[in-house]
Amino acid sequence: MIVIESLTKRYDSTTAVDAVSMAIERNSITVIVGTSGSGKSTLLRMINRLIEPTSGRVLIDDRDTASEPGHRLRRRIGYVIQGHGLFPHRTVAENIATVPRLLGWEEDRIRASTTRLLEALQLDPAAYSGKYPYQLSGGQQQRVGVARALAAEPAVLLMDEPFGALDPIIREKAQDDLLDIQRKFGTTVVLVTHDIDEAFRLGDRVAVMSEGRLIQYDRPEVLVTRPADALVARMTGSAERAMRLLSLMTAGEAALPLSTTDGIADAPVVSASATLREALSELLWRGSERAIVVDDKRAPCGQLTVAAILARGRPG
Amino acid sequence: MSTSGFLLRRPASTRTSALPHVDRLGALLTLVGAAGLFLLPFVAFKANRIVPGDPRGLAQVLPAWGALACWVTLAAVAAIALLAANALLRLAGALAGLVGVATALAAAANALTPPHDLIVRIAPGGGFWVLLAALGLLATDAITRMRPGPGVRVLLLAIFLGVAGLALARGTFDNVSVMREYAVNASAFAVAARQHVLLSLGSLGAAVIVALPLGIFCHRVPRMRPGVLSALNIIQTIPSIALFGILMAPLGALAAHVPLAEAVGIRGIGAAPAVVALFLYSLLPIVANTVAGLKRVSPATVEAALGMGMTRRQTLTGVELPLALPVILTGIRIVLVQNIGLVTVAALIGGGGFGTFVFGGIGQAATDLVLLGAIPTVVLAFSAAVLLDALVERLDRVPQ
Repeated sequence: MIVIESLTKRYDSTTAVDAVSMAIERNSITVIVGTSGSGKSTLLRMINRLIEPTSGRVLIDDRDTASEPGHRLRRRIGYVIQGHGLFPHRTVAENIATVPRLLGWEEDRIRASTTRLLEALQLDPAAYSGKYPYQLSGGQQQRVGVARALAAEPAVLLMDEPFGALDPIIREKAQDDLLDIQRKFGTTVVLVTHDIDEAFRLGDRVAVMSEGRLIQYDRPEVLVTRPADALVARMTGSAERAMRLLSLMTAGEAALPLSTTDGIADAPVVSASATLREALSELLWRGSERAIVVDDKRAPCGQLTVAAILARGRPG
Repeated sequence: MSTSGFLLRRPASTRTSALPHVDRLGALLTLVGAAGLFLLPFVAFKANRIVPGDPRGLAQVLPAWGALACWVTLAAVAAIALLAANALLRLAGALAGLVGVATALAAAANALTPPHDLIVRIAPGGGFWVLLAALGLLATDAITRMRPGPGVRVLLLAIFLGVAGLALARGTFDNVSVMREYAVNASAFAVAARQHVLLSLGSLGAAVIVALPLGIFCHRVPRMRPGVLSALNIIQTIPSIALFGILMAPLGALAAHVPLAEAVGIRGIGAAPAVVALFLYSLLPIVANTVAGLKRVSPATVEAALGMGMTRRQTLTGVELPLALPVILTGIRIVLVQNIGLVTVAALIGGGGFGTFVFGGIGQAATDLVLLGAIPTVVLAFSAAVLLDALVERLDRVPQ
């Protein structure tokens, strides 16, 4: 668990981060969202002390981060930045081995960890270990950046606009990969973005920052149903807040028991992992009242009706 | 219609390819080479080392078959230079021409020198130098067209130096005037060569030790950059002879008043002011290139390094300097080539090196002695440039 206590950063006359306090759950994804200049990156960098706070403190698992030298702290915390920041003169394997080497791991252990991470990120170790970053596509570079950050099995992973340099289709894939990785490794992820859609897609909890202050920090559906102020309401999009709510729940979670197997062959099929927003869109498109929800083995596990979906789009 | 258009175009293209394509550089070099061969003397016959030479053409100094062989070789090289597109063939032609011209010079010197005569000098004439330059350009152009990798370029340099060294060691050119001067000055030449290399490398080494940290400092503290770089720029604008002169007074005073300074060899004249001046000239290129090289490293890369827990020192030595190295080495290459040339001037204040022969030769009006200093200086500078260029290219394989 990460506890941030009235963390403040002042530069001469400006206050970049103003007395922010928040508690970040273990094994969750917390997204800090805000416009540029809102202080979100500064807040993130104070967690691993790339920026030293003016006042306040950060506790990771009850231990004050100021109690050890900054570089030692950072070796225990994964860090991914926009544009990946891979070392151009080192191969993929050498890049990933950076922190394990700093920690003095044995070569066998480093090799095993590199292989495991490349596999987890769907990069064939035999084909990619010896490549240089410039030989990879943007999406692959980003994945190697994530692998490098996870190499020493950090409990905490900080990500600063990690998908900002990717084109929309690859970005979506990278976001899915991150959700997978987070589930697989149980890492506590703190991610900074200016993209509210990304925040809703990834965040178990979302923190909205503006002008250095933390405006609201809660589960995404609360941000939609009970925005703390006009800014949060505008950010979450008052015009499409119902759709946003729908996109926060999966078809599997909202599925009703199958009442009858009649007409199953003709009804539209949605995957249990699809969002209600996608399910509704599918129903509208097909002009159907009822969809069959199938699990990942394509076996029917429930049904959804337009009325049931619409009920989920209302607050409360 | 389109078929007939296609058919019409075919003969047109065959017609253009039937006309031989004349290489422009080849034409120019052929013209220059021919002018050198027919209008300028190939060698100069001098009764002794000081008197002006008596010009001799190729036909006058070689037996008929030898002159003919030389002309035929050069004509063949000219044909290749004019018509051949294959770079390897052009290089082979240029090298054959160089060997031919060098052999002709050696043969001419042997033919014109009376047996056991050590007074007569057979100096290469204008024609020889023009041919050498034209063939040399043809060879370098051919090598450039082949786009050889760094390893191949170093290999070519080694072959060139090896062949030249072997010919000199075998005494092929012993009767040519420059080698006559060498024979007289052999021990002084060895001393001068050692001094020349030591002065160039010593001042470079000292400059790297100071300039590298200074460049890193300028990169880290951008406020200091303009001041440091303009100060070094001002030093760069002082003419070398003036700088040697300026340094004589303070170093002389230092030697006079500090016994320790004198004990380690610091004097107003000699190697000390030479090293100091070369050191000062070396600073700007290395500092400027260190700053430029470090600036080239992407800020994201540096942030990632720090973010992963590298210390500032580890970031510098493990990430920033390796990525800046090709640019820094380019600065070192500039300095080394520049120093090899400038050391020649250092002979004026008693610094030693090949400049001793150059200024000695000027003083005695003995051109051959000037060449004995100038030729090895050029070969040294050229070799250093090829070696360091190859090293830079080897290191810069990975794009940023």
